[in-house]
Amino acid sequence: MSELSVKHLLGIKYLKETDIQLIFETADHFKEVINRSIKKVPSLRDITIANIFFENSTRTKLSFELAEKRLSADVLNFSASQSSVKKGETLIDTVNNILSMKVDMVVMRHPNPGAGIFLSKHVKASIVNAGDGAHEHPTQALLDSYSIREKLGDVAGKNVVIVGDILHSRVALSNIFALKLQGANVKVCGPKTLLPKYIDSLGVGVETNLKKALEWCDVANMLRIQNERLDISYFPTTREYTQQFGVNKKLLDSLDKEIVIMHPGPINRGVEITSDVADSKQSIILNQVENGVAIRMAVIYLLASKIK
Amino acid sequence: MSQKVLLSSKEINIILHRLACQLLETHLTFENTVLIGIQPRGKFLAQRLTRILKEEYKVKQIDLGFLDITFYRDDFRRGDKTLEATKTNIDFLVEDKNVVLIDDVLYTGRSINAALTAIQSFGRPKDVELLCLIDRRFSRHLPIQPNYRGRQVDAINEEKVKVMWEENDGEDIIYLVNR
Repeated sequence: MSELSVKHLLGIKYLKETDIQLIFETADHFKEVINRSIKKVPSLRDITIANIFFENSTRTKLSFELAEKRLSADVLNFSASQSSVKKGETLIDTVNNILSMKVDMVVMRHPNPGAGIFLSKHVKASIVNAGDGAHEHPTQALLDSYSIREKLGDVAGKNVVIVGDILHSRVALSNIFALKLQGANVKVCGPKTLLPKYIDSLGVGVETNLKKALEWCDVANMLRIQNERLDISYFPTTREYTQQFGVNKKLLDSLDKEIVIMHPGPINRGVEITSDVADSKQSIILNQVENGVAIRMAVIYLLASKIK
Repeated sequence: MSQKVLLSSKEINIILHRLACQLLETHLTFENTVLIGIQPRGKFLAQRLTRILKEEYKVKQIDLGFLDITFYRDDFRRGDKTLEATKTNIDFLVEDKNVVLIDDVLYTGRSINAALTAIQSFGRPKDVELLCLIDRRFSRHLPIQPNYRGRQVDAINEEKVKVMWEENDGEDIIYLVNR
């Protein structure tokens, strides 16, 4: 198999296992490319990509932009805060206006779940979802799995626990889909108020005791507490959350094995994880960032090759 | 589909030795020379020549690398299929080196054109030469000619040259296939 089964990357839910493997194999090649002294290839020199961000982002936006530039694509950046969206323009109008400038691909982040899917039905360009509300963040899940594969050799059969705010997290949902598709065992861990009601229907285990969850897992993916999405109080205080669900060095050292620590960033140091954990050799947080560029190059390359 | 044998195993062996000697004549100790096999099929030829140079002509050290040109090709999005990459493995710099690009068949010259761009990512070579086993003359799209050639053939566009290697296909043999 040398082609993706999809025209857009809207979510992991729409991918097949073979798609993920193809993206990983392609990312391996791009990882070699971005470690050369000249980190650029000319593949996408006749492709124009618009990065449309209706929600704030640093890492994802930079990572996408860098991936596009490493592939020699022309890049347009658009953020909603400085645009006509404020004047009442609709999403389809905004995007169609951008597409009239002959743009081939749109990378979009939007606060509403399903925005990418909606857009893919109304415009001609390839859509890459860079996060849609609390729904999916497919490239983050791909780079997380890719980092696990790089560190542990394989994703299949590994025990992965996702800790924190599962309810509001698109990273959690995409990760659950991706990990299950590759045959990993997944548990979620967090305060009951931050676990979705029907989480079992996704085939994942639930654990509310962090120590037990860590003893079970090979990899712990620590999510950020998304203060901007916490409309009501889901736990009494941040201090109490940290006491129950924060990982510190003492807790890590008390385990009888060395687990891998991941975090999609940005880290609230001292809340989900302490600084000594984030900077320890068990943490692969910075590898995730590096792999993010390679994964996004692979996704864009494979989707662009389907644009005729 | 019909095919005829263009070169037998014995003929290939003789040609490989001649090519090795020609390389030796120009580069002698290979101190400042690196061999780069173009992926995927040039790899076998490059490995074979390196082995002959080391084992039979006692060259002590040869830098051998493999270059994937997929991301530099000029036909991205122009065919039906996604171009699939292979592994690049060059663990040295080519800065100020004599680079010999090695591929099995030279046809339109577009792969070599891509390789010339790709190799620049690894430094600025002193000079670049081209070695190919089969040179399909009269079919070039670009002004590119080999410095070392195994056999020159006249093949029409409907025909394909198929190079098989013992380590990959079980036997050293080259066919001219009528598509």
